[in-house]
Order: sequence, then structure tokens, then C-alpha cells
Amino acid sequence: MKPTAPVYGLILAGGASTRMQRDKAALLYRGQSQLDRVFELLKPHVAQIFVSVRADQTADAARANKPLIVDSLDGAGPIVGILSALAQYPHAAWLVLACDLPFLSEATLQHLVAARDASAFATAYRSAHDGLPEPLCAIWEPAAAAALAEYQVGGGRCPRKFLIRHAVQLLTLVEPSALDNVNTPEEYARALTTLEPLDTPKTARQTTSMQLNIQYYALLREQAGRSAESIQTSAATPQDLYSELRVRFGFTLLPEQLKVAVNSEFSEWSRELINGDSVVFIPPVAGG
Amino acid sequence: MYFRFTQSTIDTDSARRELLHMGAGGYVSFEGWVRDTNEGQEVTRLEYEAFEALAVKEGERIITQAAQRYPIKHALCIHRVGTLALGEMAVWVGVSAVHRGEAFDACRQIIDAVKHRVPIWKKEYYRNGDSGWVNCEHCAAAPLHA
Repeated sequence: MKPTAPVYGLILAGGASTRMQRDKAALLYRGQSQLDRVFELLKPHVAQIFVSVRADQTADAARANKPLIVDSLDGAGPIVGILSALAQYPHAAWLVLACDLPFLSEATLQHLVAARDASAFATAYRSAHDGLPEPLCAIWEPAAAAALAEYQVGGGRCPRKFLIRHAVQLLTLVEPSALDNVNTPEEYARALTTLEPLDTPKTARQTTSMQLNIQYYALLREQAGRSAESIQTSAATPQDLYSELRVRFGFTLLPEQLKVAVNSEFSEWSRELINGDSVVFIPPVAGG
Repeated sequence: MYFRFTQSTIDTDSARRELLHMGAGGYVSFEGWVRDTNEGQEVTRLEYEAFEALAVKEGERIITQAAQRYPIKHALCIHRVGTLALGEMAVWVGVSAVHRGEAFDACRQIIDAVKHRVPIWKKEYYRNGDSGWVNCEHCAAAPLHA
């Protein structure tokens, strides 16, 4: 029997960040760049750790102080990053991570490493959104190298499609939102609201603040300047929440003029809101 | 499904066909149209938006209630969302029943309840360049002039 390959870490930071309109690796969360955060998180789980970059990024300040693996080809996406690592250290398995995973947690990495099946091409999580393998938080085994290279030479660009076609150990996410990625300025803003500051004591937060999803319609949408948002609030009821939002947006409608819906059903104003509730305030209706 | 939204012109022929029933002796329909004046203002177009997840549930409840109250065979309501020009159809209600009386009554009850209960909003655009959300602007705490 072959000895199991050691696991090395590879953080993919060679993306063009086109939709974000600025370098995703350098985005700050809790005062730390995304790349630094993922780097620190991954380090204890792997024997060696590298950052995957394009050739023109090696002098970049956010990346230059880390061990790098440079893409062997230009502009061909994450698959080239993975192939370059497999080629450079062919005896190692690679725990590959996208750098834009602000919700990634210790528990998610721990479970991935613990549940690794070294006899498969890869060990990956099943997406909480579509059930398909998540290639960019996965362990790629050396055995996958030849087939992956062949797939890429044949024009394949999608690591997810590759995993769908091959024997892969699929795991269920411990935390369903752990791999939600952040591609646009709007998603970044939402992630910042969701991630509580590190210095908030956990117990205090649980009793005084929760996350609510709010949708705005008609006049309220126009006055709020948005159709939906996710907020941290300590408002205990829809009544409190509307008072808070009225101050924030200057809503002209009085609460007496509105109805309220929680989780897509009409609700009392005094209902106790819980973490994750979706709330809609309903201005006077005018169908027909 | 007795209540639905559409982004495009309501197809009344095919909607009517959904109500056909061998036991029905009559059919009544109501069409709501975009007219050119409201409360003394000249209207040029309308915009409808809906909180569809709840609106469909409430619309279905309205039709179920009408069917409990009147012995009807089928009922259906279709509402437009998006931008509508003058003369376009904003809403369609159809009811088939054994006799005409209950078809008229149920149709009336449905359209009245849809206007009052379903989370749908209408913004009017006026000839003078103003615009306003119907039922929201006049009674608001501080009237808004955009």
C-alpha cells in the first residue's frame, strides 16, 4: 500500500476580481486582509502552505511576503493554479482554498481534513446551494493530477465539472453558509454586516442583537434607497424595528398605515423576532 | 393556482379556457384598465410592483374564500406587474358557476378583496412630471415631493 500523501495548502489569489472592481485578496475583514485571514486559518492544518498567483502578481505587496506558486499558464483560471501546485510538488495532496471565503471557519477545515479519502481524486464539500462539489475548498489528491492536466489541455476550465465527472469523496457542510463567496461590492458590504466584530462578547451578542433580512417595497423601497438588506439589530419586535428604520431612512409612513409580514406571512406588530427572520413592512396597497 | 402575476399582456383567451366546466352555465370576467386620469391628475403610465411571495398566498386565500361562500366552479385572477401604458389591462378576474348570479357576486368579491388585501403597489406618473404611490403619498406624515 502506498503511504498517504502529506497535505499541503494552496490559497488561490490569482483571480482578476473583475466583478469586485478591486483586488479581492486585499479586502479587509475585521481589520485583516482576506488573504491573511485565510492563510492563518489554513496554516495549522497543512504541512506546507503556498499562495497561488499569476506571474504578474509576484511583486504585489499583499502576496510577496508569502511562499508563492506561480501559474504555469496565463489567464486560464483556478484550474491552472491547482495544476501548477500538483506539478511542482507531485508527492503532495493539496488542500485548495479560494481566498474569497469570509465565512470559512476552523470547523469546516477540520472536518475536511478529518474526513479526507486519500483513495478518491478529491475530498470536497457538497454546495449548500446546488448540491454539486465545491472545488475551491477541497483536498486534491496526487492521483488526480494526470486526469486534470488532460482535462485542461482538452479545453476544460471548470474544476467543478472535473470533480463531477470523477470519483470524489463528498461531504456535507457543517455550517451551510461557510463557503458563500463574495464577488461584488454589494456582497462584500453584506458580509461585513454579517460578520460581527471580534471584540463583541458572544453571550452579550446573543441576547441583544440578531441578524434580520429586510425587503423594501414601493415608497419604502424608494425612501430606503434599496430593495433588500441584512442587518444586525437589537429590535425585539417589528414595532421596534420599524422605529429604528424610520430614524435611519426618514420613512414618511406611520406604523399605523402599514402592515407587517414575517417570513412571508402577515404578522402581529408585537411578535418576537428571532435571528434570521425575514421582515417586510407593507405600505397601503393599491392593486387592480 | 388561482392567483398569479405576469410581466406581459394578460392572455384572456387562455385564462378563460382554464375556467371551462361542463357543469357551469355561465362565466363572468372583470378587467381592470389603466385610465388617463386619477383624482384630477392626468396620468401617463403606471408601475405595479408586488411582494409576490405573500401576494400569491393572499390571492389564493381570497379565491378560496369566494369559493366557500358562493357555489362556483372555477375562479382565477391574474395581475400585471411592471410598467403599463394607458389602456393596458392591469388585472383580470374570471369566475365560472352554475348560474350567473353567483358568478357576478363571486367576481365582485374577488376583485374588491384583491384591491384591499393583496400586497401590490401602484405608482402613477403624471403629465406634469410628478409621480406618486397611490394611497401612500396623500396620507403620509410628511408628503413627499420628488
